[in-house]
Amino acid sequence: MIATRAGANMVEVLLYALLAGLGVAVITGPLGAFIVWRRMAYFGDTLAHSSLLGVALALLLSISPTLSVIATCLVLALILVMLQQQKGLASDTLLGILSHTSLAVSLVAMALMPDIKVDLLSLLFGDLLTVTGKDVVIIYAISLFAILLLLKLWNPLLAITIHEELAKVEGIPVTAVRTAFMLIIALVIAIAMKVVGVLLITALLVIPAATARRFANTPEQMAIFASLIGCSAVIFGLSCSWYLDTPVGPSIVLSAGILFLLSLTKKYN
Amino acid sequence: MSEVLIQLQGIGKYFNNNKVVSDVDLSIEDGQIITLIGPNGAGKTTLVKLVLGLLEPDEGRVMRHSNLCIGYMPQKLHIDPTLPITLGRFLALAEPNTKLCIDALKEVGIEKHIHSPLQSLSGGEMQRALLARAILRKPNFLVLDEPVQGVDVAGQEELYKLIGQLRTRLPCGVLMVSHDLHLVMSATDEVVCLNQHICCHGRPDQVSNNPAFIELFGSKTATYTHHHDHEHGLHGEVVHSNDSDSSGCQHG
Repeated sequence: MIATRAGANMVEVLLYALLAGLGVAVITGPLGAFIVWRRMAYFGDTLAHSSLLGVALALLLSISPTLSVIATCLVLALILVMLQQQKGLASDTLLGILSHTSLAVSLVAMALMPDIKVDLLSLLFGDLLTVTGKDVVIIYAISLFAILLLLKLWNPLLAITIHEELAKVEGIPVTAVRTAFMLIIALVIAIAMKVVGVLLITALLVIPAATARRFANTPEQMAIFASLIGCSAVIFGLSCSWYLDTPVGPSIVLSAGILFLLSLTKKYN
Repeated sequence: MSEVLIQLQGIGKYFNNNKVVSDVDLSIEDGQIITLIGPNGAGKTTLVKLVLGLLEPDEGRVMRHSNLCIGYMPQKLHIDPTLPITLGRFLALAEPNTKLCIDALKEVGIEKHIHSPLQSLSGGEMQRALLARAILRKPNFLVLDEPVQGVDVAGQEELYKLIGQLRTRLPCGVLMVSHDLHLVMSATDEVVCLNQHICCHGRPDQVSNNPAFIELFGSKTATYTHHHDHEHGLHGEVVHSNDSDSSGCQHG
């Protein structure tokens, strides 16, 4: 079993882990649907990797890692959007550069901080079993805020996803909506880090949404199904980890992957 | 009285120091159908974006009527296959009232597809779907970017007829982009021939006989030729030919 907090009772550990996982999976479903529709999987991956930079900054400045990760992701997202508009380099090349450079910078920075012991593995792959009651409260507050914001932006965001210029002519404030969407991604990365770690966040966004596609006839159905599939993956993954003593984050992603494979047996709607 | 909906004065636009359109004057009145034609790379799309306000001009100015409401029909729609969306839901993004959406679909003749996935529509049906979305806003100005793209010849005629009807029903002014003058002949009041600058403009029958037009497109219907006072270089810039006989067309 992965190291748990000293003195914590097992039921409590499991309950907090479950609550935290579900709180994250609820929002990664609908957000993931947009990531899939807008073909932003690699973009999400890059931001997720750069969130480690946020952690390094938090350690360096002794500030809250959650806030630091949100701020770092948001700033990087805006820089990325600006760089993409310059059209000097292909988008995926740019993302590849930023993704791995930010990962490397944060790993080097953490190694250079001799006084601070960082559990790198838990940052990279998540450590759901060390979640505290306070973490759960933070996760639910951020998740709820992200859900409300996404609900409010739902139709404009859908219109932009279908045709950005048409949406703009119809009076949708495209830049504002896109910026708010970046904020949602940053918020979700900050809380998903705890569950599956920076390397696996994209999986939690993309796999449940892709699985839900086969069962959905409307965008809203796809979003809701993706949430439910994500929640199932959290439950299966956590159970698997409990009985087989496997790492939690990868177990959750593996469960999601298996659900996706099973969904392939169904015909496309 | 017809009012001027939008007026462009001396419009120029550059991308990376390359002039894409220059010195364009254009005005569109209520109830008027203007067709913009020109070869690939002539700046048609850029000009449309300037009209729509998606781009700001580097030179000149665009004046819009204070009550201007634009219905825009983009050239094509690429929807990711992972997005499950029906035609009805697509229209609901512009107008939440289902009855109005159904009316618009009836007008363009594809109401039976209201529950069909958008990706399953044929080329012609998709153009009609885009037109339905454009008219849902009750616009007084329709901007149609290649409205008959991917539509068979019979369908093209029908679509042009429909656009003609919309002009009087809405009522609205229409700016459309086309590759082929011969098909839009009967459907348009004025043709503007663009090759970075406005080469010639006028009624379709006049333009199709204009040497500047014939030079750009070639023509089977040309009945006479006369001297053309300029030629276009590789990049569309005006090159004055040796004989300066000025009986040919002038700019604008």
